[in-house]
Amino acid sequence: MAAKLILSMDGLVLKEIPLSKERTTIGRKPHNDIQIDNLAISGEHAVIVTILNDSFLEDLNSTNGTYVNGQPIKKHFLQNSDVIELGKYKLKYINETPSQTTAADFEKTMVLRPDLMKKTAEQAAAKAASPTDTHVGMKAIDTHAGMAPPPQPAPAPAAPAPAAGAAIQILTGSNAGKELELTKNLTTLGKPGVQVAVITRRPHGYFITHVEGANYPVVNGTALDAHPRELKDHDVIELAGVKMEFFLKS
Amino acid sequence: MDLSQALQMVSRTDAGMVRSHNEDAVYINPARGLAILADGMGGYNAGEVASGMATTLLGSELEKAFQKTEPQRLDAAGKLNAHTVLEAEIARANTAIYQAAQSQPQYAGMGTTLVMAVYYDNMMSVAHIGDSRLYRLRGDDFQVITRDHSLLQEQIDSGMITVEEARRSQNKNLVTRALGVDPVVEPEIRDYDTMPGDIYLFCSDGLNDMVEDEEIALTLQALSANLDLAATQLVQTANDSGGRDNISVILVRIAREYPAARGWWARFLQWFR
Repeated sequence: MAAKLILSMDGLVLKEIPLSKERTTIGRKPHNDIQIDNLAISGEHAVIVTILNDSFLEDLNSTNGTYVNGQPIKKHFLQNSDVIELGKYKLKYINETPSQTTAADFEKTMVLRPDLMKKTAEQAAAKAASPTDTHVGMKAIDTHAGMAPPPQPAPAPAAPAPAAGAAIQILTGSNAGKELELTKNLTTLGKPGVQVAVITRRPHGYFITHVEGANYPVVNGTALDAHPRELKDHDVIELAGVKMEFFLKS
Repeated sequence: MDLSQALQMVSRTDAGMVRSHNEDAVYINPARGLAILADGMGGYNAGEVASGMATTLLGSELEKAFQKTEPQRLDAAGKLNAHTVLEAEIARANTAIYQAAQSQPQYAGMGTTLVMAVYYDNMMSVAHIGDSRLYRLRGDDFQVITRDHSLLQEQIDSGMITVEEARRSQNKNLVTRALGVDPVVEPEIRDYDTMPGDIYLFCSDGLNDMVEDEEIALTLQALSANLDLAATQLVQTANDSGGRDNISVILVRIAREYPAARGWWARFLQWFR
C-alpha cells in the first residue's frame, strides 16, 4: 500500500524500505533512517518527506549531490519508478498502488479531517490515511512552507487524439483552395452571428455540429439536425454559402 | 425580480465512464438567479444523498428567502442580505445532512462539496466548500474564481508543489472542508461584479481533473453562442479523456445588465412590503 524504496548497488538489491514516516533521512551517519556507510555519502545526505500518497526528495547540501534519473536535483516530487542515485547506490521509488488496481475506488473524494477519520477509521485505513498520517501530513506542510518548488517538466496531457490528422479544404468563395488543418480538439467554421458550426476531434473520429444561426450546415447535400454528425473522408460541407471538403491525412 | 432575461443557464450531470453512480447534483433557477452544484462523497450511495439534499434544500430555501427579502438589501449593521441568507441556509443544510448521517447507519460519513452563486444587482455572491470550482470567462481571460479547500491547494499555496506537479499528485481526492461532515461548517463567501458577456462555469472535479483549463477555455470561447452545446461538449471531452469521475457543469451567461430597482418609487413600494 505505502510507497517504498528499493536500495541497490551494482544491480544487487540490498534492502527494501517502506516510506511509512513523515521524514525518512538518508546519510552516512548511524542516526539516519537509511544509513549508507560509504564515504561518497554525506553524513546527512538527503531526506524524503512523505505526505499521504506523495513523496518529496530533498538534497541536504550533500558533497556529491543527489541525482534522480540521471539529473542532479535539489528538491524533487517523486514519481513511481524514479531512480535516486547517491554515489554508487541506487534507490528505486515504487508507488504504484493508487493509479492501478483500485483506481476508481481510490479517487473517490474524501474529507481530510482527523475526527471524521476516527469515526470511519476502517474505511479510511482501507483507502488512504489514518488519523496520525493526517497530522503528520499537515505538520509537514508547515515545516516546508516557503520552500522553492523544484523545476518539473509539464506532464503530458491526457488529451484525446484520433490516430490520423484531418483537414478542411475550401472549395468555393474568395478563400477557395485554402486548407485548414484540424489541429485542435475544436475548430469552429463560419461567421459568428450568421452561421457557425464546430468540428470536434474525438478518439474515434471527427464530428460536425451546428452551433448558431438559422441555417444548419449541409453535408453531402443533407442538412444537419441538432445532433453531431460523423465526418467521413471527402465529405463536402456547405456552410454560410461556402463549400468545403473534409479529408483525412494519412 | 425575474432575472431569466438577463441570465442564461444550462446544466449537465453525467456519471462518467467508470463510476456506476452519479454522486453529483445540480440545481439552476435563472429567474431567481440561483446556480448550485454539489459533489457528494462517502459510503454506498450516500454521496448522492448528501449532494441531492444540499442542492434541493438550498434551492428551495434560498428561493423562498430571497423572495421575501431581496439579496441586495442591507441590514441594520450594513450586512448584505445575500450573505446573511447564504450563511444561515448553508448552516441549515449542513445540519440536515449531518443529522441524517448520524441517524442512519447507511449514511454514516457522507458529505458533499458545494459551489453556488446567487446573482443580483449586476453582481453575484459565491459560496463554496471543498474542491468544486467556479471559473469565469471574460473576453479572453479564463480563470478559476474559487480556491479549492483541498490538501493540494494548501500545498500549492505554501509553495511546496507547483500547479503542474499537482496534476500528478496521488493526493487529489482529499478535501479539507465539506458540507455535512461536522456539526458546523464554514463556507467561503465572496462577492464579484458581473459583466454582460461573462460566462461562468461551475464544475465538479470530474471535469477539471480530466480536462486542462486551456481546453475548457477554448471550448467555452468556441461555443459561447450555444451554451447547451458547450455544456454537452465539456462533459463529452471529460468522458473522451477517461471520465474517471462523475462530471457536472453549470454554465451561466450574463446576457444583459440586471440592476436592482433603485428609484424612489421602488423604494417607496418596498416600504409597504
